[in-house]
Amino acid sequence: MKEVKCDCGHINPFGTKICGKCGMVLGSEKENKLIDMRYEGSARRSQTYKKTIVDKIWNFFSSVKVGVTLIVIALIASAVGTILPQEMYIPSTATPAEHYELEYGWFGKVYYELGFHNLYSSWWYLIIIGMLGISLLIASIDRFFPLYRSLKKQGITRHDGFMKRQRIYGVTKLDDHDINLDKVKAGLKRQRYHIREENGHILAEKNRFSRWGPYVNHIGLIIFLIGALLRSVPGMYIDKVVWLREGERKEIPGTNGEYYLKNNEFTLEVYDKGNKEDEQYSAAIDKTGTIAKTYQSDVTLYERKGDALPGEKVDLEEVKDYKIKVNEPLKHDHYSLYQVDYKLDELSTMAFNLINKKTEEKFGGVKIDLNNPQKRYELNKGYSVDLISYFPDFEFDDKGEPRTISKIPNNPAFIFKMHTPDKPEGEVSFVAIKETAEPLGENTYKMAFNGVETQDVTALTVRKDLTLWILFTGGIIFMVGVVQGSYWNHRRIWIKRKQDEIVMAGHTNKNWHGIKRDIKKAIESTSLSEPTDQLEEEKSSTKGEVLNG
Amino acid sequence: MEKRKRRLISRTIILLLLGAALVFALYTNFTKDKNESLRKGSVAPNFVLTDMEGKEHKLSDYKGKGVFLNFWGTYCKPCEYEMPYMEHQYQNYKDQGVEVLAVNVGESDYAVNNFITKHDLTFPVMIDQGREVENAYRVDILPVTFLIDKEGQVIDIITGALTEKSIQKHMERIKP
Amino acid sequence: MAEISSNFLYAAFLLYLVATFLFGGSIKDKRGAEEKKQNKWAKLAISVTILGFAAQIGYFITRWIAAGHAPVSNLFEFTTFFGMMLVGAFILIYFLYKTPALGLFALPIALLIIAYASMFPTEISPLIPALQSDWLHIHVTTAAAGQSILAISFVAAIIYLVKFVDQTHSSKRTFWLEVIMFTLVSTIGFVIITSTFAALDYKANFDWIDKKGAADKQEYNLPALVGPHEGKLIEADRFEPLVSMPAIINAKKLNTVLWSIGAGLILYGLIRLIARKRVAALIKPIVKNVNLSLLDEISYRSVLIGFPIFTLGALVFAMIWAQVAWTRFWGWDPKEVWALITWLFYAAFLHLRMSKGWQGEKSAWLAVIGFAIMIFNLIFVNLVIAGLHSYA
Repeated sequence: MKEVKCDCGHINPFGTKICGKCGMVLGSEKENKLIDMRYEGSARRSQTYKKTIVDKIWNFFSSVKVGVTLIVIALIASAVGTILPQEMYIPSTATPAEHYELEYGWFGKVYYELGFHNLYSSWWYLIIIGMLGISLLIASIDRFFPLYRSLKKQGITRHDGFMKRQRIYGVTKLDDHDINLDKVKAGLKRQRYHIREENGHILAEKNRFSRWGPYVNHIGLIIFLIGALLRSVPGMYIDKVVWLREGERKEIPGTNGEYYLKNNEFTLEVYDKGNKEDEQYSAAIDKTGTIAKTYQSDVTLYERKGDALPGEKVDLEEVKDYKIKVNEPLKHDHYSLYQVDYKLDELSTMAFNLINKKTEEKFGGVKIDLNNPQKRYELNKGYSVDLISYFPDFEFDDKGEPRTISKIPNNPAFIFKMHTPDKPEGEVSFVAIKETAEPLGENTYKMAFNGVETQDVTALTVRKDLTLWILFTGGIIFMVGVVQGSYWNHRRIWIKRKQDEIVMAGHTNKNWHGIKRDIKKAIESTSLSEPTDQLEEEKSSTKGEVLNG
Repeated sequence: MEKRKRRLISRTIILLLLGAALVFALYTNFTKDKNESLRKGSVAPNFVLTDMEGKEHKLSDYKGKGVFLNFWGTYCKPCEYEMPYMEHQYQNYKDQGVEVLAVNVGESDYAVNNFITKHDLTFPVMIDQGREVENAYRVDILPVTFLIDKEGQVIDIITGALTEKSIQKHMERIKP
Repeated sequence: MAEISSNFLYAAFLLYLVATFLFGGSIKDKRGAEEKKQNKWAKLAISVTILGFAAQIGYFITRWIAAGHAPVSNLFEFTTFFGMMLVGAFILIYFLYKTPALGLFALPIALLIIAYASMFPTEISPLIPALQSDWLHIHVTTAAAGQSILAISFVAAIIYLVKFVDQTHSSKRTFWLEVIMFTLVSTIGFVIITSTFAALDYKANFDWIDKKGAADKQEYNLPALVGPHEGKLIEADRFEPLVSMPAIINAKKLNTVLWSIGAGLILYGLIRLIARKRVAALIKPIVKNVNLSLLDEISYRSVLIGFPIFTLGALVFAMIWAQVAWTRFWGWDPKEVWALITWLFYAAFLHLRMSKGWQGEKSAWLAVIGFAIMIFNLIFVNLVIAGLHSYA
């Protein structure tokens, strides 16, 4: 690993293209008409050492080519994941293995077999993103420090070869008259250039900070990725759903019993053509049918006072009332509660009258709380009803036996035993919606349906995400960096005074149009000739056919 | 030379840190589902529930005994399947320091009482009306049984129906 | 109010059309060749463009008043808004670089986008609960602004390629350039076909069997070249489909695609037949005076200006809103993923340009691909891949 010694005496690390001190062009770079100014021609750190395995890994991640390749791989992989819906977007009732084949044929089957239905949490997708993150960090470290150093130490007097090989270059012959550069300096100062002088040579520079933009935005991205990583640390993230009936109060899952929530009322509102304020939507409503306007849960939040074990009676203190709507979650103490789902008109009570089938005479009524039925209901004197069996979500099983498939009263069914003065042993009747049976023979009495009461149920997502502020910080830093790097550009103008000529060269990392305008403005009132854009000259001489080097 | 050595060390450290972060990401991604539930070896969350006979049961009172904590519902077929076996093994082990606590997931007294009568259950059955115990144990699928040893540690979590043989095996494991 | 609003949009459309021709005139005029010295034509053209832009802002404001929310909530409104922002971005870039040639290409593309937008249902639709948020305006307008500035980079790239690519013999370059031209022509074809049959009020109803075996109805607004699975035409005097599609394929959408490609082929074929040269070769003389390195710089600069705005609108604001409305800032919804893909693509673009020195032609092709990704996200992801964003 040889170091490179410049004519001016400065020793540069291996791989340096332009002497860090005087700007003399070194090595093979001499053959080019224009020099490559990226990273100021300084040596990237990874080029300097490449012996050990650590260095080899380091160099791999430091390469922009590898970085861009990783970006492209991530891009293609992400696109593949959108061909068919991911597992989380298929109906929750469907079995993925069957669903993909049923919906999308053989292609769906292959897609599922390859694991693309869960692509974004697959190990290989994570590895791609992880490697991208590693490349982001290492490539930044590798480039930032040498660049920082060479910009900090850059000389004011630059070698002729350096000047000549700049894209913007011009020479003004001083025949007899001298040119006062003060005017140029003033012109540049007015444009907020920072001027440094050395033996009559000038370096005007502005917006150097924009060079740090890429590194700042990479730091932002790394912070963002760290935030995403921390999410899986226990306690950082909670994602639960709680279903609450109207009037019901429950512990909010995920809060360790600290908070309770009561659903006072759930409202679903739809757009109504008849309503004056919704008039303008009538065409759309006619076309699509019902369009929802609001989903709203009126809730009360409670906090537990003191300690209590799960299951123990708790002292609750009301914290606040809130109307949770989509886009307006209830936020309290790191927790957020979001309106995510609902169920309208769940049955809550069912009423029956005990009647004589023939005479239709009534002997009193029962109202059964479907979520808390009683064993026995007393009616008029001498009449009573026993509830022998209750199936809140009734169906017949394979053997033809009645059973319930859940505890939610979606389809309640009852087996009653009706005791009456003339049938003291009682008559058994099976009652379900739109269905009655008398399994033990013909009855005299029956339980006649007498209406239902319903209530709405709301579903709320409980969310705690302590990584949000990290992600947000990362996002802001990224935005700052990207704006810093994109909306400003680092411009430098060198002016060198030789015996009978003034040489001028300019460089900018982007927006050449801008630096040319700056130079033109600065030399307006002087007799300096405007430097030319050597790249454009080159092109016009080759008729614009070749542009890429 | 000195400089080069320092650089090698710092590069190694950075690469190791980044590698560790990647491994961590992969590891947590694979154990994501398990993170949702209680872990084996953790302390069983304490709770208080009242059984159908009005007797209060506090988990910490059973320190020194093994606790066979079962979560169930009347509508859940596999729960119903294992109940008679649990009852049978309860009879065998109740004098050997194993307690069975069957926690119903918030159904009505009516449904639970009917169920107890139907299966002649003698171990304490309790209703977790507010679903608080369920939340504390992060119950997802029914039936689920938590084996709690005499120190109050969850030594195993078993989901799905149990056979009589396996119930016996598990009771052996928590026997003090 | 809704009527005033659509009149404004018509006015804007016509003004853009006039401005396109004026830009054409400014290029013919020799004095227009030199950058920064605007000739009279160019001055008139940019004034008409600004007038058109003002008219479209008039459309936007009046429709906002009529609807009670910013008109960016369905595909018609969003695409129109994208067209408007494209003109806005063009005006901005025009004042930075004073290049009339850019107008000659940017305005027709904006016109195409607006015409394409009007093929979607245009009635004012109410906001579903998930959309009722100020973030709708913030997120959608910023994202569209970013995309439209990025689209300017495509416009500059197209001009670059038309001038740069050697048309004397056919090559891969001429082929892909023709693919771009054909796509643009097909869009015109789609607009012509759709509006013709809409004017005729063509409707053909089918009874058909969906993939779950259930009977369903479907209404076609174009004559059915391909019919739905086991489709039976209800009206007697309508065009009978040539073939029936399996249930897995959405026959109606495929039919529209086939019509657009067909119309595109005919139009394109006619142009080739009359001109007897490639479309790109046909328009090449128009751009003979433009400065290639200036176009390259405009293209790159637009990406530099557009990228941060796009990131802010399509990712940062999008994530903030998603956290509020959908409980999570990121959910791998197809639209989200495609915004990420767009972002990754332009990130790659910038790295290739800054670190690998991909300038000029290579950079121009990349700008074309970037635009293709954005259009894919706008059209295909909304219409074909269903997700949370497919409101329209």
